[in-house]
Amino acid sequence: MKVISHLKDIVKYSIQYMCVTHCFFEYVGDFVVCNGPSMEPTLFSNNILLTERITTRFYKPNRGDIVIAVSPTNPDQYICKRVIGLPGDKIITEKLTENKEDETLSKTVDKYTPTFNDEYVPKGFVWIEGDNSTNSSDSRYYGPIPLGLIRSRAICRIWPLNEIKTL
Amino acid sequence: MYRFFKSVLFGIPIGVTFLDCVGYVARVDGISMQPALNPDSSQTDYVFLSRWAVRSNNIQRGHIVCLISPKDPSQKIIKRVVGLQGDVVATLGYKQEIVRVPEGHCWVEGDHTGHSLDSNTFGPIAIGLMTARAAFIVWPPERWQSLPSELPRKRIPIQIAKSTNYQQA
Repeated sequence: MKVISHLKDIVKYSIQYMCVTHCFFEYVGDFVVCNGPSMEPTLFSNNILLTERITTRFYKPNRGDIVIAVSPTNPDQYICKRVIGLPGDKIITEKLTENKEDETLSKTVDKYTPTFNDEYVPKGFVWIEGDNSTNSSDSRYYGPIPLGLIRSRAICRIWPLNEIKTL
Repeated sequence: MYRFFKSVLFGIPIGVTFLDCVGYVARVDGISMQPALNPDSSQTDYVFLSRWAVRSNNIQRGHIVCLISPKDPSQKIIKRVVGLQGDVVATLGYKQEIVRVPEGHCWVEGDHTGHSLDSNTFGPIAIGLMTARAAFIVWPPERWQSLPSELPRKRIPIQIAKSTNYQQA
């Protein structure tokens, strides 16, 4: 009998603390492990970020914020990028050309002249880009992303310990 | 007194976690989902939105889902999933006549064609915007029913409609 009541206590307390931590991570902030080269040189793989989820509830990011968002191409994956353009901003991007075309271009034309696209960020969307613009799949690839996909904003890096800094 | 505060302090997170993980009840506004929801505009339906059903983003065509509006993120919209990623959908008044739904996106539409702000206006929607699946109507009591996953025959994505036709022929 004593064992059962003891077990009951354990279950009760673990549920309580699980719920408290869930709410904390869901509404206050959480920790994110970075992966991939897209935010170099600001962030590297296996850096751990402290993020907050309070200001993102109002859906008003600022330019330059580093945000964690759900990937628009894969809902099970998160992406970590910098907010570049807000709704109404005009974004100028270099037109992506295939490598093959580039080769033929350089053969035929001496000077490579980049072509530019400009587009407005629609209402309710943001333009995000990785800091490592040569190795990052971001809004230049899939266009602006809806604000609703943004989950949290990175505040500071807490790992590795000798490189702690606010972002 | 201390015990009371302690129980409130632990009770709120438990409640919030329950709402986040299992589901909650919400009111349906507007006529965009007629006749499945709000068939009589004088009376509003309350639906149970199941968060549990979308925990791994496994949605199917015909499900009624709740998503964050891409135009105004503070607003939630309720629509029916018509096409999943890779499907070819014949649109109703979108800028292109036929759309292939891109990776990680889905095509959602209201049942009340023409009176609904849906993918025909703003294009395919990222699955990450989906928050819950409407499982059943809980109020008013005479409308108590589960919401089946069904799709009007003419709204089935083209490539599926074709393959089923072949099977019948």
